[in-house]
Amino acid sequence: MYVVRISAAVVAALLALPGCSPSPRTVRAATVKPDKERKQAPDFTLKDANGHTVRLSDYRGKVVLLDFWATWCGPCKIEIPWFQEFERQYKDKGFAVIGVAMDEEGWNVVKPFAQHMSINYRVVVGDDAIGDLYANGGIDALPTTFLIDRGGRIASIHVGLSSKSDFEDDIQELLKPSGITALPSVLVRAK
Amino acid sequence: MTAKRNAEVTAKIAVTLGPGYHVNSNAPHETYLIPLRLTWTAAPLEVETVIYPKAHDEKYQFSEQPLAVFTGNFQISTRFKAPPGASAGMAILAGKLRYQACNNTMCFPPKNVEIKLPVEIQ
Repeated sequence: MYVVRISAAVVAALLALPGCSPSPRTVRAATVKPDKERKQAPDFTLKDANGHTVRLSDYRGKVVLLDFWATWCGPCKIEIPWFQEFERQYKDKGFAVIGVAMDEEGWNVVKPFAQHMSINYRVVVGDDAIGDLYANGGIDALPTTFLIDRGGRIASIHVGLSSKSDFEDDIQELLKPSGITALPSVLVRAK
Repeated sequence: MTAKRNAEVTAKIAVTLGPGYHVNSNAPHETYLIPLRLTWTAAPLEVETVIYPKAHDEKYQFSEQPLAVFTGNFQISTRFKAPPGASAGMAILAGKLRYQACNNTMCFPPKNVEIKLPVEIQ
């Protein structure tokens, strides 16, 4: 009898990757970054299930929820119905969801899954290149969701399963017309 | 590991997961989940059977139903048989452990661990 020990480091190293915090939430409600701290979201061009080109820069002027997910990811399945609801609720206010499926098997598994879940927003199949664009060394923890402001800049990042209200607070904050995020104190006093 | 021709020999693979993490068992309840799988190339020994530990059901924040998972320390055994005509001497058994890990709030892409197991065939 012979024992081979697969070091804990094999899995531990995976789990210790940057951005793979065991903390359930890395971004709290309505904690979108201030304008000046936001970095430009990398542009990408991918195809949706119908073969149509999806280019992030085409969404400039909209708030975008960019969700990296996979069909084998349980926590991702919890969030998808929330995103469907957000798409319905905020679409006419300048909001869009893009789902980036990171399944190695591509559309063979993503298409039936998306149909089964009745996903109502655009879905593309991602690859290592887009993963590298959005995270140094690739996106390893799923779900990872970026909220992108109307100027195409990353306003918040949610790694792992967040709460619906966390997302919604961020979305509502980003959908506010700029310049009226808070009433001047003089107006408050005048009331 | 020593294998005698025309006899069985068992190899055990010990796997250790960090606290709070799990991998899907070899037979997950849900079809969308990626099972743990240990595979071996056939030569120079014949694979008789791969024996996984008994999975336990655990409920997670993201799952409506408990999932069949492995956590902590566990072992996977493989029973090999050395064919009567196997060449005597040292050889390497090549295997691959495929797993997909999650914790309570996030999942990690499936990974493969290559296993090289020296064996002396007598």
